[in-house]
Amino acid sequence: MKSMWLKSILQHPWLILLLGVLFIGASGYGAKNLYFRGDYKVYFQPDNPQMLDFEQMQDEFSKNENASIIVAPPEGEIFNPQTLKLIYELTEAAWQTPYSTRVDSLANFQHTRAQGDDLIVEDLILAPDSLSARNIARIESVALQEPNLVGKIIDSDGLASMINITVHMPEEDKTAVVKEVADHVRALTDQYKAEYPEHKFYHTGIVFMNEAFAVEAQKDVETLVPFMFLAIILVLWYLLRSFTGTLATLLVIVTTIVATMGLTGWSGIFLSTATVNAPTLIMTLAVADCVHVISSMLFALRQGKDKAQALQYAMDINLMPIFITSATTAIGFLTMNFSNVPILADLGNVSALGVMLAFVFSVTLLPALLMILPMRVARQQQAKGQGIEAFGEWVIRHHRRLLPVTFVIAILAVAASFNNSVNDIATEYFDQSTAFRQSTDFQEKHLSGMSTVDFAIDAGAPSALNDPQVLQAVEDFSQWLRQQSEVDHVSTISDTFKRLNKNMHGDNQSYYRLPDSQELAAQYLLLYEMSLPYGLDLNNQVNLDKSATRVMATMKNLGSKEFTAFEQRAIDWMAKRAPELSVTAASPSLMFAHIGELNMNSMLKGTVLALVLISGLLVFALRSWRMGLISLLPNLLPAGIGFGIWGLMSGNINLGLSVVLSMALGIIVDDTVHFLSKYRYARGQGESPEQGVRYAFSSVGRALWVTTLVLVIGFSVLSLSSFSLNADMGLLTGIIILMALAVDFLFLPAFLMVFDKQHTSKEGAEG
Amino acid sequence: MSRMQSIRQVSGLIISLLLLALPVQAQSPEQKGLEIAKERKARDRGWGDSRAEASMILRTASGQQIERKMRMLSLEMQDDGDKGLTIFDQPADVKGTAFLNYSHAIEPDDQWMYLPALKRVKRISSRNKSGPFMGSEFAFEDLSSFEVEKYRYKYLRDDKINSLNSFVVEQTPAYEHSGYTKMIVWIDKEHYRAHKIEYYDRKGSLLKTLTMHDFELYLDKYWRPMKLSMVNNQNRKSTDLITHELQFRTGLDENDFNQSTLRRVR
Repeated sequence: MKSMWLKSILQHPWLILLLGVLFIGASGYGAKNLYFRGDYKVYFQPDNPQMLDFEQMQDEFSKNENASIIVAPPEGEIFNPQTLKLIYELTEAAWQTPYSTRVDSLANFQHTRAQGDDLIVEDLILAPDSLSARNIARIESVALQEPNLVGKIIDSDGLASMINITVHMPEEDKTAVVKEVADHVRALTDQYKAEYPEHKFYHTGIVFMNEAFAVEAQKDVETLVPFMFLAIILVLWYLLRSFTGTLATLLVIVTTIVATMGLTGWSGIFLSTATVNAPTLIMTLAVADCVHVISSMLFALRQGKDKAQALQYAMDINLMPIFITSATTAIGFLTMNFSNVPILADLGNVSALGVMLAFVFSVTLLPALLMILPMRVARQQQAKGQGIEAFGEWVIRHHRRLLPVTFVIAILAVAASFNNSVNDIATEYFDQSTAFRQSTDFQEKHLSGMSTVDFAIDAGAPSALNDPQVLQAVEDFSQWLRQQSEVDHVSTISDTFKRLNKNMHGDNQSYYRLPDSQELAAQYLLLYEMSLPYGLDLNNQVNLDKSATRVMATMKNLGSKEFTAFEQRAIDWMAKRAPELSVTAASPSLMFAHIGELNMNSMLKGTVLALVLISGLLVFALRSWRMGLISLLPNLLPAGIGFGIWGLMSGNINLGLSVVLSMALGIIVDDTVHFLSKYRYARGQGESPEQGVRYAFSSVGRALWVTTLVLVIGFSVLSLSSFSLNADMGLLTGIIILMALAVDFLFLPAFLMVFDKQHTSKEGAEG
Repeated sequence: MSRMQSIRQVSGLIISLLLLALPVQAQSPEQKGLEIAKERKARDRGWGDSRAEASMILRTASGQQIERKMRMLSLEMQDDGDKGLTIFDQPADVKGTAFLNYSHAIEPDDQWMYLPALKRVKRISSRNKSGPFMGSEFAFEDLSSFEVEKYRYKYLRDDKINSLNSFVVEQTPAYEHSGYTKMIVWIDKEHYRAHKIEYYDRKGSLLKTLTMHDFELYLDKYWRPMKLSMVNNQNRKSTDLITHELQFRTGLDENDFNQSTLRRVR
């Protein structure tokens, strides 16, 4: 069966190529269905409870997605004629932003004041061309005392100010819509940058965050994929020293990617920040398959075999190991379906598909190509294996010392892995080289974080919000929020009530307090509703039947642990203060905060399953329960050590890292499979453990070293992404793969030589 | 020579005839739009005053809705926008709150509000004509009376609406702080009633669509829609303004529309 298949490839390589081209054409055509989704909602399943809470809150109150421009003068405060004029003009111009419904800034802040029995509502900056020193002083004193502005629209030191554009974007084709809005706002600021060249401009807000996801993904595709190709060409050239081998491998890689992405398109999976890196992963893993085949073939050619014989030999010894390692890798990827993050599951599925296609192509297309392409090989380089064999001898000589040393190092590393905890800092997903991160850092320094937590406080009955007791609870809660160190700004309806009460009493400061009857509160609210300008309504803060209010807290850019702890603290506080009111918290920040933990729990299950399945496959591949059991050690230890190193480096486990364990597991077992199967083969021949280790080193040592090199390079390329979910995933997986080699070369041989001894005779007798 | 001259005379005659015919034959779209607006206003002149009982039904995009009840008193003014007095009846906690509005064509309106819980009349000084009326999808400027000088006009085309032949006219607000860049209005040719208005925001996108329903004839001359339906095309919220009862010439005069009477209305 196997030989028939091989024979047909070797005898009809053109036919195989033709079939391959047809298959690739048919599957690759599906790439037309691929589209990219850059909005942050791709991280959440449709039934994610935090997302449902958030959407419900947006239904009840209005949706508030925004694009913001932060303006900072070259030096000193914004309270100078030029900067104020800039803010005024930019505010006016920003109304032209597509999908905008409202623009808010210092310029059009609705300042209310009393004059006798008149309530005067006017824009804070009225005549930007004739600002007198007195006017500016008035603007400054109003702005810096206004709780709605300080810490949100204006820096408390007056050094920077924000123009906030509220947009109402359709959900369909959101990525294109986001880009349209972001491009418009950027073009707008560019125009003003030319007029006010010494001022600084920054862009933040949900729109720019969504855009950053898309831009970073695109940048990954544009920079990492070509970089990956370059790295692969160099590595292949270094390892194979064969033009044909390098070319054939590249062809297999390209066809694997085309077929995988095409089939992905047919399946309806869309591209996202996670899946755009599937090609990089697949390339890495496909290279390893090809390298095994080609180096075996080159080995045979050097020994004087002809091409067909050499290919036959290469297929014979590689088919099973490549299949097993591809299958374990695919299993590792497939268990990413346990993830609560749909795009990580997508990444797993696409990569699993790619890995299996790479396997198929490297045992069909690759031999066919190699058969057709001319190949010359110098008969030499017999000395190649010496380095690794010498290393093997060194390990055998020092195994009694190596075991305790590596054991202690491993224990220490695994202990350090307890430094890790699940913590997603969503704003730090983007590294400091990105414009978005620079903007959010500036925003955090001068105004506020860009994270929010919205609280809906529901009093249960229509108009119940106007009840003085309910209002007092809302006010107390808002004040409590303001005292929390995590909170930068609180926007609350109770401030509006207090300000109106003061305005209604001739701006007498002693009336800056809540109205004392339901009727008065309701009538203030009606008056306030009647005085609101275009684009603003109360619905942002109060629901339709006035039974509930939304208190919006702008937060420091925290990690997920701090967010969930804060949420719980706030809800507990309110449950104690006003048990009759129901409080829910929701926001994109909370969605990200919860998804990390949720996802980690389900990925742990996925990883356990991956471990069971992969170990089962190993038992089958090694045909020994005992070897399967022993394999657990070199399979798990590298991950333990890798996470230990991560614990010392960072300690924050983000979404991207939650899938590293199962992904890495599928990859690192390859080393174990190769090493243990060769060891077992020698032991089966009645050799001692020492001879077994020696045989394993000499037969697969170099191949393991080579594939590890390829994999580590591949994952290092991924770690260059400026999107930290991808970069961290690449870095940690690279570390674990390197550790796997270290474990297989240093710890495993020593372990086998010390602990596998007593079974020699028994195993030998059995075998 | 003489032949050339006669040709010139004839062509001169034709040109002057054409010039004479032009204003009748080829009226510019702007002029035609203005004439339609003038006729629309003329047909609605002389109704005097009115009292209405009305409900506003506010709906969110997700379909929640709430009803607010009010009485609306109106007084027709010559050479200025009309005066209006709105007395809120529901919800209960704003009952008796009254809102007085003197609308003006191209200046900010004058507005006062009486808060019974405070027992004070407050004048509201703002430029909020473009702002929402009571949290609804109607802006103040959508509800105030139609005045010719509020807009510049341009006749666009003929169309059918509700199976009536109608003009389609573009109106550009003259008020500096209007929330709109233009409105497209469908006016039937028979009675010059507006049936549908599209409102375009500052960036020129369609913001809202107003449709008028259930027209009834009062005093044999004045058509009034019993239901105004405003849909926000951007955020999908909507508001219906429903008139339950409407009476004309009820004897109201300017004395019923000043600050001191505000606090006496019930």
